[in-house]
This record gives sequence, C-alpha cells and structure tokens, in this order.
Amino acid sequence: MTTTQERSVPKPVFTDAEAGAKVFPDSGARQFNYFNPAKRKQSHYEDVTVEVQPDPRHYLAQGWLYAFADGRGGYPLEWTRLKAWGSDRPEPQRGPGSGGRGYDWPAHGWHEFRDPNEEWELTLYRYNANVVRQLNQNVEAARQSKAFEQWNHNWVTFVAQHVGAWMHVDHGLGLYLFANANRRAPTNMHNNAISVNSMHRIRAAQDLALYNLTLSEEIEGFDGTAHLSTWNDDPAWQGVRETAEQLTAIDDWCEAVFAANVVFEPLVGELFRSNLVQQAAPANGDFVTPTLIGAEEFDFAERDLRYTRVMFDLLVNDKEFAEHNTKILQEWLGTWVPRCLKAARTLQPLWSQPDAKPSRFEDGLDRVKSRFGGILSDLRLQTPKELAQ
Amino acid sequence: MSRQSVAKAHQKIQELSWEPAYHEPVSQYGTDYTFRKAKKKDPLKQVLRSYFPMQEEKDHRVYGAEDGAIRGNMFRQVQERWLEWQKLFLSIIPLPEISAARAMPLLFRTVPNPELHNGQAIQMIDEVRHSTIQQNLKRLYMNNYIDPAGFNSSLRNFQNDYCGTIGRQFAEGFITGDAITAASIYLTIVAETAFTNTLFVAMPAEAAANGDYLLPTVFHSVQSDESRHISNGYATLLMALSDESNHQLLERDLRYAWWNNHAVVDAAIGTFIEYGTKDRRKDRESYAEMWRRWIYDDYYRSYLVPLEKYGLVIPHDLIEEAWNRIWNKGYVHEVAQFFATGWLANYWRIDPMTDEDFEWFEHKYPGWYDKYGKWWENYNRLSVPNGHHPIVAEDVDYVYPHRCWTCMVPCLIREDMVTDKVDGQWRTYCSETCRWTDAEAFRPTYQGRQTPNMGQLVGAREWETLYHGWNWADVVADMGFVRDDGKTMVAQPHLDLDPKKMWTLDHLRRMPEVQSPNVLLNQMTDDERAAFVADYNRQGPAGRPAPAN
Repeated sequence: MTTTQERSVPKPVFTDAEAGAKVFPDSGARQFNYFNPAKRKQSHYEDVTVEVQPDPRHYLAQGWLYAFADGRGGYPLEWTRLKAWGSDRPEPQRGPGSGGRGYDWPAHGWHEFRDPNEEWELTLYRYNANVVRQLNQNVEAARQSKAFEQWNHNWVTFVAQHVGAWMHVDHGLGLYLFANANRRAPTNMHNNAISVNSMHRIRAAQDLALYNLTLSEEIEGFDGTAHLSTWNDDPAWQGVRETAEQLTAIDDWCEAVFAANVVFEPLVGELFRSNLVQQAAPANGDFVTPTLIGAEEFDFAERDLRYTRVMFDLLVNDKEFAEHNTKILQEWLGTWVPRCLKAARTLQPLWSQPDAKPSRFEDGLDRVKSRFGGILSDLRLQTPKELAQ
Repeated sequence: MSRQSVAKAHQKIQELSWEPAYHEPVSQYGTDYTFRKAKKKDPLKQVLRSYFPMQEEKDHRVYGAEDGAIRGNMFRQVQERWLEWQKLFLSIIPLPEISAARAMPLLFRTVPNPELHNGQAIQMIDEVRHSTIQQNLKRLYMNNYIDPAGFNSSLRNFQNDYCGTIGRQFAEGFITGDAITAASIYLTIVAETAFTNTLFVAMPAEAAANGDYLLPTVFHSVQSDESRHISNGYATLLMALSDESNHQLLERDLRYAWWNNHAVVDAAIGTFIEYGTKDRRKDRESYAEMWRRWIYDDYYRSYLVPLEKYGLVIPHDLIEEAWNRIWNKGYVHEVAQFFATGWLANYWRIDPMTDEDFEWFEHKYPGWYDKYGKWWENYNRLSVPNGHHPIVAEDVDYVYPHRCWTCMVPCLIREDMVTDKVDGQWRTYCSETCRWTDAEAFRPTYQGRQTPNMGQLVGAREWETLYHGWNWADVVADMGFVRDDGKTMVAQPHLDLDPKKMWTLDHLRRMPEVQSPNVLLNQMTDDERAAFVADYNRQGPAGRPAPAN
C-alpha cells in the first residue's frame, strides 16, 4: 500500500479585502488623483499613461538622481526649441528645509498633450496584430489563386525595384528618427505616441521585405535584391534617400517629428504610395501590393498624422509661446519643404515605368501639395513660397 | 507566419538597413567604450509579423485572467499585508519599464551594428507594454481592493517618498550617462539578466501564495519578454569584450551595476517577499534561498562566470559580499525594519509581525529573534495611537540611520558605513563600494583614464534634508499622503481600517522635528565627526545604539 505525503501548499484564507467591505477615509477614492483629465472623466488611456515619466517641476521632490556628463538629467525641455507654457520656469531648487513641493500639476503645457489614438499596450498590439494578420491573408490568398501571374512584366520589375526601395525609408525613419525620438520628449504621452509611430514604420518596412521574399519565391525572375541596388544606385531614388538620411540627422525631436510627419510624409510618402503605387497597381494586374501600401497609408493618415496634428496644434495655440512656436515651425517649413519637394521631383521618372500608367506626376504632386496646404492651414501655418515651385 | 521560415524571414529583414551615403544619423549620446564593426547577428530574431500576434495572444490571456479575478471575487482572499506593499512596488516599477524603452536609442549610434538595432526597437515597444500593463494592474487593484489609498495617488507618491526614490534611481540609471554603462551594462546585463528573476519570477510566486494570482499573470507575461531582452545585452557585451580597451570600463561598470542593483532591488523585493507575506510554511523558500538559486547559481555561476574566459573581470568579491550581507548581516531584515520605523512617511500600511512570523523567521534565519524580535514587539505595541508617538520618536533602542549617498538605502549595516568629503560635502555611504561609485566611478576620469561620457549622481539624494527642521504633520501634508477627510494618514502601522484606530496628522503634531542626519554631519567639527563615525560603526544589529564602553 502506498502512502501519500500531504503536499505543502498555501491555504486560501477568507480576508474580505474587496472594495466596499468597509467604510473609512478614502474607501471610495478610486481614481488616480495626481493629474487632471483632458475631458470630464479620466480615460483608461490616461490612467495607464499620464505621469509615468516624472517631472521635477511638480512631484519629483528630490529632483533627477542621475545625469549625463554635462549635468542634465531626465528629460530636458531644451531638447527642442519649441516651448509650452511654463517651460521657462526653473526647476524648483531643493535644499535643507525646502520641502518637496513643486509647481501645481501640470506645471507646464507639455503635460497637456494626449494622444488622440489613445495608444497603449492593448491598443497597439490589437491594431498591429490585425494589420499583419490581414496582410498575411491577402498575400496567401493571392499566392493560392496565382494572382501574381496576372502582373504585367514591367510591373514585376517595378515592384521589385521601387516598391522594394520604399522599405528602406520606413526602416530608416522608424529606427533612427522615431525610435530615437522616444528618448527625447518631456512626457510619457509624447514618447509613447512616438514609440507607436516607430513600430508602424518598422512593421511597414518588414511587411515590404517579407512580401519581397514571397514574390521572390512565387514569381520566376523576380529579383529579390533589386531593392538594394535601386536604393543604393538608382538616381531617381537618391533625392528620397538623401532627404531620409537628413531627417535622421535632426537633433531637435520636435523638428524631427514635424519634418517627417507634417512635411516629408504628405509630400513624398503619400505621393509615392497613394499617387503612384496605389494608382498604377490595379491597371497592371496587381491587387495585392495596394493592400500592403494601403495599410501603411492608414497608419500614417489615420494614426500618426492624427497625433502629430494634436501635438503641434497645442504648441501653435499655446497661451504663452504660440508666436514663438509658429515662427520656428515656419522656419522648419522653409528648410524642409524645398528638400522634400526636390526629393519628390527626383522620383518623377518612376511614373513612366509601368506599362499601364498612373495619372500624371504633376497631377499627383498637385494633389499632395493641396493636402499638405490643408494640414498647414489647420495648424495656422503659412504655406511656404517654395510650394509654388 | 505563412510558409516562410522564421530564419529566412529574419535573414530577409537584415536587408533593411543601409550605410548612410549623404548624412549620418544624429549622435546624441556618448560612450567611452569603443566597438569594432564586427558583424554580430541580431540575437532577438523577432519578426514583427509573428511578434504582434504573439503579444496580442499574451494580452488575451492576461486580460482574460483579470476579468476572471474580478468575477471570482479574488479580493475576498487577498492578504492585505501583501497588497499594501504593492502600493510601493507598483508605483515604482512602471518607471523603470518605460525608462528601459527610452534607453534603447542610447545604443543606436554607440553600438555600430545595425543588426542589433532591430532587437533594440522591439525591446523598446516591449517596455512600453510592460509600463502600461503594470499601470493597468495597479488601476485594477485601486478599483477592487478594499483600501485604494496609496494606489490612487501612486505616481505622485513614489516620487516624493524616501522608499520610492530608492527605486527611482533604478530607472534613471538606464537613461543617462555613458550610453553603454547605462543601457547595456546596468540595464540589460545586470538588472534584466540577474534581478528580473527575483522581481518577476520569485515575487509573483509569493503573490499567488497570498491569494493574488493577477500579479503572477501580469509579471510572468512581462518576464517572457525579458528573456528575449537578455540576449540583446549579451550580444552587446560580447562585442564590447572583443576590444581590449573596454575591459577596464567593463570591470568598473559591472562592479557599480552589480552593487547598486543588489543594494536597491534586494532591499525592496527582499522586504516585499519576507515581510509582505502571510505564507509561513516552513518549507517555502526564503528570499535568501531564492537569491541563492536565482542570482547566485543561475546568474553568477551559469551566466557571468563563463564570460571570464573572454576577459570579463567579474566582481567575485562583491557577489560574495552581497550574499554575506543578505545571509550574515541581515540586509533585508534591517531594511524592512527601517521601512517600518519610517512608516509615517510612506503611503501604504505595514502590518506588524506576529508570533507565527517570528517562528518562521527564526526557522529560516537562526538568531533572527534575538536581533529583531524585541523591536517588532515594540512596533506592534505602538501600532495603534494611544497617547504615544509613532515608533520613530519612541525609545525602542533604535538609532535613526544615515543615508547612503549613492544607493540611497540607509547605512543599515552599521559597521560598514564610511564617510567621505565629496564635492565639498561630507557624505555617508552604506559601504566602501557605494563610496567608490560616487567618489571614483561616476567621474570624468577613472584610474587616470579620461571618461568624459560618464554620468553624474545628482539631485537632493537625501529625503530627510528636504524636511530638516519641519514638523512631521507638515511633512506628511506636504507630500500629500493624507486621506480624503483631510487628516487621516494614508500610511498606518497596522491593517485595522477602523477610523478610530487610524493615525491622523493631529497625532504627529506633538512629535519632535525632523532632523537631517546629513545636515547634522556637516555641522560637526572633524573631531566630532570622527567620534560620530566610530560610534556609528559600533552600533547594531537592528539599529541598536553602540554598547557602552
């Protein structure tokens, strides 16, 4: 006969420690009370995002504890030239007997930004998982129905070279502009939105790379390395490449996000995606590529541009620094609009390459200029004279 | 992912990076390390096409469990002693997580290997995940646990509180200073590879034993990401080792990172596990036993020691001394006693220890009762207001300790305390290693070598100094640790929620003023200071005054 030794396990205990079991001071205080919600009620997004990244101007009683070699710690406001109200107030100085109080929350206007997409863990994985699942299904359906056999010969080359080349733009900006900028902004709301933006771009880059791999396997003669030589050597792409590299070289995090999402994407990204690939693909027998490009277009137009608009809208309407900010944004427009227009124009030879032609380059350019003008108008910025070129 | 193998897909995405032809990406962070452009594979091998659905699935499991916990009234079986310490832990931990996300860009330009950058970007978004999933857990506790006070104000509280700021340095160490020191050695090589084992594996097990199965649900999901991050650090470390000139810096950084992580993480997690639990089964592992298994055996012997053959100088002495502090010098017990001494400056309730607890401690740590038992009996005696002061202002044979300038945990092992005059100020340190960290390691020259990128220890690193000369009631009000009736304190030295047994600001008014030990130290003459140090070194254990000569 075998004997069973009693297992050692913790015993459940009835503790009655659930909400409402007793009444006492604070027993009903079930809201985070350290920030003011943007609307009447605190949102779930705000609860999981606001104030995780602290600020010595309000609650950070002992100040930053670690600093760079130059003595600057945490998230210096001067990492951008733009300012939000209260930016010029100094960090409270603490010493013997000073107490810990800082300025009343939020202490400065940067903390007023809320991502209109309300991105946090749950939303960002749900959204991106849906995108990659749908894209997988689209590509798989096309593969099974031999849809790639319907492509015009020249279109196969176009996709290998030019659609493929765009993956490098996504990758470069995703990593070295957006992921990089996630260290720079002074609030968690900014940096989380920028991180999500970064993942959109890196995902889009990988979507194109893996699509390219599938095409290499499915289409005889598809050159899976053509995107590299195109990106490296094709003169039509060197304007885009130079501009993309220049974007990653920006030091000021606001300038980087502004130049990428307000100027480059509308003038170059949407020109390439919506006004070339999306228009040309169907007539060349391709219904698959537009689903990938369309996913990226949605990322930008409906998500990334959305938070960018709100972020800069606050700054151009700031109660203390609206004029200061507007002047700098105009200056940045003066720098980046000519660069992006030059990059756009350098792409022009691509319009003549497919067998079935898209609408004219100039028409596409007019459309993106018009949309760009609308974005500027919403931000009360003036259209730079260079746009007329 | 369709029919493409992960390896093929991964190989393909390596084609995405390119060498700049016109403009280099901005370089905003410095390092004194040098890297050869040796090709190393991206160790993470994660492709977003499979990554996003995988994370979404993990989310489904976490949020399903959370839903189930609420429907099943989990909080009827949760130990308040445990949940109260979560007010501290969950106020701290989202910041280190989000700081790890912010740390990744420090490595982009300093580690010139594009293949690693893919893994770093995925780690970035993982860390965003951890930060918000943990905030969400705290929100759930706030909404469903009997006492929301402290949860509801957590992100203000921990940034004012003397325990919270001990934890905050854990986060800030990731994002400033020399990029490799911060984001690679301190964050991934030591914090993630060694100490997430106790944070995210040992602690959830203890939570489950206290009726809380949501902490394990969330933190095991988090830990499944951490294991991928470890490979990011390992790849960078191997690259760093391949350059002889880095070895001196690696030795410095490993000593600093190991010791600081030990001082900070063992203080906090050791206290939560040993003093936050009601599970006193004799055969459950103590924190010391867990530490020996997770940190000493798994990390030190299995991970670090094999790197010795590549030239890594391992701080064997500090690893042994950390164990010595935990096993022989009562580090965790001294910290828990200190946190309970200063309960009134916190924002959670600390349950007194009972006879059952005493028995368990004595069983696990022979000799515990002789050192700490009497003090905890006094804590229990003084827990309900009855005309006396909080324990910090009563005579219970306890000398309020000086704070360590570096790790910010007080100098609790009295014989190890050292002082030094640094940057014109007399400072106390819990150990010689913490003195070395401040006075020698975090400096622009190290052992005669220029280290212009090394960071600095800054800030008002002693909480007590801010309130030097203040009345205790004003201190607590200034920090905002007061409940919605305007007078009852959030913190209590017991778990009884009967308002008549809860301490209020009025009880604190009669107390003596707060005195900053550091301010007093700097007012001493050289002779007085020497006598003070000699006396301090003779104090303890358990904070006892020095024996009379």
